[in-house]
Amino acid sequence: MDALLSQHGGRSEQLGRRLAELRGPVAPRGLDARALAALAANPGCRRRAVLDAAGVDKGAVAARLGRPAPFGRSPFAIARGNIFEARLKADGCAALLEPLRRHLGLPPGEGEPPAVPDLLTSAGPAVRAARTAEALAEAVEASQADPARWTLLDHPMLRLSVAGAPAYLEPDAVLVHGGRCTVVEIKSFPVLDGSADPAKVGAAARQAAVYVLALQQAAEAAAGRPTDQADQADQADQADQHPNPAPGPYQEQRLPGSPELTVLLVCPRDFGQRPTAAALDVRRELASTRRQLARMTRIEELLAALAPGTSFDLAPDQAGEPTRPAEELAEAVASVPAAYGPECLSACELGFLCRAQARAADAVTQLGRSVRAEFGELTTVEAALAAAAGTLEFADEAADRLHHAARLRAEALAEARTRPEPAPTPAPAPAPAPAPDAGAAATPPPPAPTRPATQAAAG
Amino acid sequence: MTSTVSLLDPTTTDPGAAADAAVAAILDATVRPAPGAPRGVVVDSPPGAGKSTLVVKAAQELVGAGERLMIVAQTNGQVDDLVDRLASKAPELTIGRLHSADARPAAEALRHPNVLAGAKVGELLGQSVVVSTAAKWQWVKEVEPWRHAIVDEAYQMRSDALLAVARLFERALFVGDPGQLDPFTVVGTEQWSGQSYDPSNSAVVTLLAHNPAIVPHRLPVSWRLPASAAPLISAAFYPYTPFRSGTGPGDRLLFPTLAPDGTPVDAAIDEAAESGWALLELPARHTVRTDPQAVATVAETVRRLLERRLVARSEQGRAPLTADRIAVGTAHRDQAAAVRAALAAAGVPVDGAAGPAVTVDTANRLQGREYDVTVVLHPLSGRPDATAFHLETGRLCVLASRHRHACIVVARGGIAELLDDHPATDPVQLGAAVRIPPGWPEEVGTRLIPLLERVGAQFPDGWEANHRVLQELAEHRVRFR
Amino acid sequence: MSLLTTLARLQAVRSGHAEPLATVRHRHLGERPLVLVPLATAVEDGAPLAVLLGTDRTAPALHFVPQPLNRERRFEFLAALADELLPYLESFGTEVELVSGSELDPQTGEKLPITRELCADAPQLIVPNSGGVRHLALLGRATRFRRTAEDPDPGPYPAPPRVPLLGRWLTHLTERAQVPGSSLLLPMTGLLARHWATGQSHLEDQQLGAQLAWHAPPAGWTGPTGAAAAEFVETARDEHGQLHHPPAGPATDPRFDEKRLAPAIARYDAALTALRHAEGTAAAAAAQQALQRSVAALRERLLGVLLPTWHDVWQGLDLLRTLPPAPHVAERWESDRWSYTGHRDRVAAGEPPQPRLDDAVTAARKLALREREQVRLEVGEALDDPLAMAERRLAGEAFSGLVTEVVAAQDTSGKTAKPRPLLTVHTADRPHAEPGREVHRAGAPKSQKAEITAVDAAAGLLTLRLLNGMGRGKEPEPGSVPAVGDRVTFTLFELTPRQSAPLPEPDDTPWTHGGPPAAAQNSTATSEEWA
Repeated sequence: MDALLSQHGGRSEQLGRRLAELRGPVAPRGLDARALAALAANPGCRRRAVLDAAGVDKGAVAARLGRPAPFGRSPFAIARGNIFEARLKADGCAALLEPLRRHLGLPPGEGEPPAVPDLLTSAGPAVRAARTAEALAEAVEASQADPARWTLLDHPMLRLSVAGAPAYLEPDAVLVHGGRCTVVEIKSFPVLDGSADPAKVGAAARQAAVYVLALQQAAEAAAGRPTDQADQADQADQADQHPNPAPGPYQEQRLPGSPELTVLLVCPRDFGQRPTAAALDVRRELASTRRQLARMTRIEELLAALAPGTSFDLAPDQAGEPTRPAEELAEAVASVPAAYGPECLSACELGFLCRAQARAADAVTQLGRSVRAEFGELTTVEAALAAAAGTLEFADEAADRLHHAARLRAEALAEARTRPEPAPTPAPAPAPAPAPDAGAAATPPPPAPTRPATQAAAG
Repeated sequence: MTSTVSLLDPTTTDPGAAADAAVAAILDATVRPAPGAPRGVVVDSPPGAGKSTLVVKAAQELVGAGERLMIVAQTNGQVDDLVDRLASKAPELTIGRLHSADARPAAEALRHPNVLAGAKVGELLGQSVVVSTAAKWQWVKEVEPWRHAIVDEAYQMRSDALLAVARLFERALFVGDPGQLDPFTVVGTEQWSGQSYDPSNSAVVTLLAHNPAIVPHRLPVSWRLPASAAPLISAAFYPYTPFRSGTGPGDRLLFPTLAPDGTPVDAAIDEAAESGWALLELPARHTVRTDPQAVATVAETVRRLLERRLVARSEQGRAPLTADRIAVGTAHRDQAAAVRAALAAAGVPVDGAAGPAVTVDTANRLQGREYDVTVVLHPLSGRPDATAFHLETGRLCVLASRHRHACIVVARGGIAELLDDHPATDPVQLGAAVRIPPGWPEEVGTRLIPLLERVGAQFPDGWEANHRVLQELAEHRVRFR
Repeated sequence: MSLLTTLARLQAVRSGHAEPLATVRHRHLGERPLVLVPLATAVEDGAPLAVLLGTDRTAPALHFVPQPLNRERRFEFLAALADELLPYLESFGTEVELVSGSELDPQTGEKLPITRELCADAPQLIVPNSGGVRHLALLGRATRFRRTAEDPDPGPYPAPPRVPLLGRWLTHLTERAQVPGSSLLLPMTGLLARHWATGQSHLEDQQLGAQLAWHAPPAGWTGPTGAAAAEFVETARDEHGQLHHPPAGPATDPRFDEKRLAPAIARYDAALTALRHAEGTAAAAAAQQALQRSVAALRERLLGVLLPTWHDVWQGLDLLRTLPPAPHVAERWESDRWSYTGHRDRVAAGEPPQPRLDDAVTAARKLALREREQVRLEVGEALDDPLAMAERRLAGEAFSGLVTEVVAAQDTSGKTAKPRPLLTVHTADRPHAEPGREVHRAGAPKSQKAEITAVDAAAGLLTLRLLNGMGRGKEPEPGSVPAVGDRVTFTLFELTPRQSAPLPEPDDTPWTHGGPPAAAQNSTATSEEWA
């Protein structure tokens, strides 16, 4: 992306101006790792892509249009995260170091403590990023010289260039050891008996992948190689070894300071506050993050489709209250097509707004994205119901299937209406023997008349 | 990963020699295990890498060494195929075909004098080899355990099935293709996911997790896939366990006897004959699964393949491309049924019982099969969105790796955009990707990567694999109208 | 989501009202279900905040933790919950019926007759949503291993005596809830969604109030049922920024946490501190009163967010009771009774609590049970409910039609001739039927199989040969063969689920699965930090 930036520097400036126009004269909402990871949630949505790229406060737009996002974080949840992190960082990170040592294969307990350089956490992002780059380089060099040496970068600041603009990212910690670094992600959801909520782990993995990507860019910059060239060099290396011409998407970068593709997730264990570390392979997430970011550069195409003068400016007055007429704003929002699905309600500030629009447009997607697969080119409830009723003029395969389904449904409902009395219970099955084993929980008796399931799985 | 690459360095050795060396090592480990060696031998076999030949050889050597053995396969079709092949290739074996009371084995399995069929294992104990499905073996009781077993298509076997049959043998050779479809269940198994013995896991994953000393062997050469297909399939579906084709460019040739009639279908056939791949692309449109136009195009392609009397030349000689050497693969059963109906209407034979016929089936049922030419209805064709089912790597891998000569993919345009719009919000199970067995809870770092390689091809992401295949197909695109 | 369900949802979009997905009730509803509405706090995963429960809709009992981070308050809460819940759960254990069966003698292999107790009825818990089930599972996991003052080595934080037992019951109920068709513990959102389609997505249906808004206008809403009513439930707030219709839990609305709950907890904390300082002084009585006031305020606020959901759950039960029970419900409930009886016996026998993680054999057994019950449920529902059968017909797995011709025929290959009549059925369905395929007759007096002999898809005609279920004679028994003009339904799936294959005992776990599980894994000896 750096290469892209340098190549199209002029265009990038133009792009920046255009995005600022869309946003209006307010500070853009920064892209943090969470926001970058969230891009993957609905990559087909142009509305979200444009508004995010322009740094528009989507929550404020939704509120102005009468459908505020219902998101909020409980003070209890915030406190819980802070308490856990404070416990980890107490006594020179004593609780955190134990699982990290184990991960790196360092002797437990009294071994050499890590170096913890000062990263100027109270400075501005650009200064912090520069300081982090410096500390990272030092730590990598030191760890290459001495294999026992390790460094903990506490809240470093990483820079990632996204569609030509820098985004500043702050991982919880980065470990440097043996010439490589490892992202450490601290989360306050628990690991209970070795497993954790897969949705939360997935979100953590996507977030960590953004940090890994930033560290890869940092390693390339430190090695004096711009991103794209480095990729090509790797490809050439691969081609020497493989008969396969192109590299896989999961290939590992091997430069001094390159991040490991396995990150460490540190969570409370079971019901307590004691930390446990779980290794998380993020190669998949890394590949998809690369994909999403590459797409960000396509924003120009989306902008080209907008009417000149389109703006999402809320025109806040001195008290910060929006003055932009709602109808005007609604029109601007409506001019960028959305890809609404009910998942958006919990993932995007515009979810309720887009749902209202989907309902007003009578779109079948208000029932979920997957229903579209059944309907072919029937996109409205009206058309689908007409197909079901058999009154659609143009009847294709989808319409025919719907009509057939409607016939079966009507027939079944009619049958139930004419049902005389609740059907008598069928002759009771012969009393089954209770399960002999008391060990397995919830074992009911085997159903009475059965045959061996020899064929059940076969054929 | 470096170790894998050097192990399999395919550029320096002759494919035959590399494959022979791999087979010899496997047979040694199976028939003449070193003292203290693990009780299981695992063989990862990419598509068409000689898995069946290996099973026959292993059976012959074991019986030759005075052993009796049992063989576990997953479906009745697989068991019948295996019995047929064992009986023809190894007439010295006596084979027992154990079957259930309500399913008679296929005629091909029973036509050999050295095959005895029975529904009771007691009747078959005199045979040197007894073959049945995992489902049937689970019910076998009161027999002395066999000293040796071969578990075929082990990656399609569920962990709980292995749990039920493992008492029947002391040692076992597990062979299978890790890139094909994983076993599945229709009920919730979240509470066990990430655990080494998740009963819905593949049997091999459980076995490897609990027996860290087992290092899987690999068959490094695909004898089925032509030189045009092996690199793509290897890179897209087996990123950590690459393989190569046994034949080189130009070893497999396919040529039509009749000239093309100028239609896109014929152009696609010519492209496939020339390059091994063709993408026959219909205009982008959202359709239902049984997209009538796509179905008709698939049928027309098959009809023209037969009508133009193609000839296939390979290391096995020259042969006309007959109906039984062609398969059509789909994602869904109703698609297969629609194609079958369209073919029947076009006068193309589809009923195998009535003579040589085109096979039309879903990916699940095409696993382990081999044809000269395949025509595939792309799982994402015409879909408004992708689902986990349609992105499952195993499905596309099966469909794209059944052919010896060429594969023609029929699809609507717009799949690339569909993939681009696919959300990446998959949940991640702790331990699921890295599969750390109990007893190694926190030992990660250096030992993680080898473990990942052990479950090898289960890893690639469906999006990446699909995109990779599409990228290759785009070079062989013929647009419809 | 099947096409038929989607169609019903489309109809609901148009009508603004829930549309039927079932013509009978497919889950058991007891005479005395216990409704339980749990709330959790965000301070820790699964940390309980409150529960409103009871079998009388007019008299719910509220228990809550005034300071969720305080271990002692939490134990008091759990003890109170145990005192409330355990008598209900145990009350079904006394009335039993005796069932005779047989058991294999492990030594001789002989079948020995035995008699077993089966509880005549079983408890039934109804929670608002699947989050409620998960919360109870977490509570069960958190409490079943706790040691109590009665243990020989009670550890630093002994729990009240009945708390571990509560944990074991909650674990049992939540495990059982994973079994398809089981009814010991049911989430109301799932129950309603099985029987009615709303005009919104499955995701939006997860909120009980929003789903019910398609059945009846919610409190405070004057418009009709439908999308606007559901959105009112989801988003409408009062002048203090609080939701008119609080979410059904276990998580509370963050704005409630911030503006109502956190201040009330802070006041409780302050009152408690003040009381400690005032102890032994003249101010003690006033401080005690202040503490009680702070508790009462918390109670009032929690009741405020719990009661709407409480009424919703009961309203859901009313709706479900309007449907007649499906015939196969009794059979499935009997399995639930066996499950309940089994757990009662394990508790009585002094067995240890359920382990943290299943061993390989137990996991495989549970999976086999769930798969078998899934098949049994699908078959039972299809036989009981024409709408469920319509799903299978649409999927090509069954067909219904009129018999147009019956030709008597016999199989004379054996010693005695057997009836093998040929039936021609006219159907508008599109089954995946090929000649040679075996089919099963739904609703036959005795189980009856047939083989498809010919298919004329264009004319909608199928010819079948009946293979059994016609008695032992040369001629079919009267009534066993359908007559011309009869309406028949055949399925391509079997109507009797197959038995699962036997699995080894856990102690015989083979080497492929790591050998027998280590005993240590399941011990209760490790003490867990909580709070």
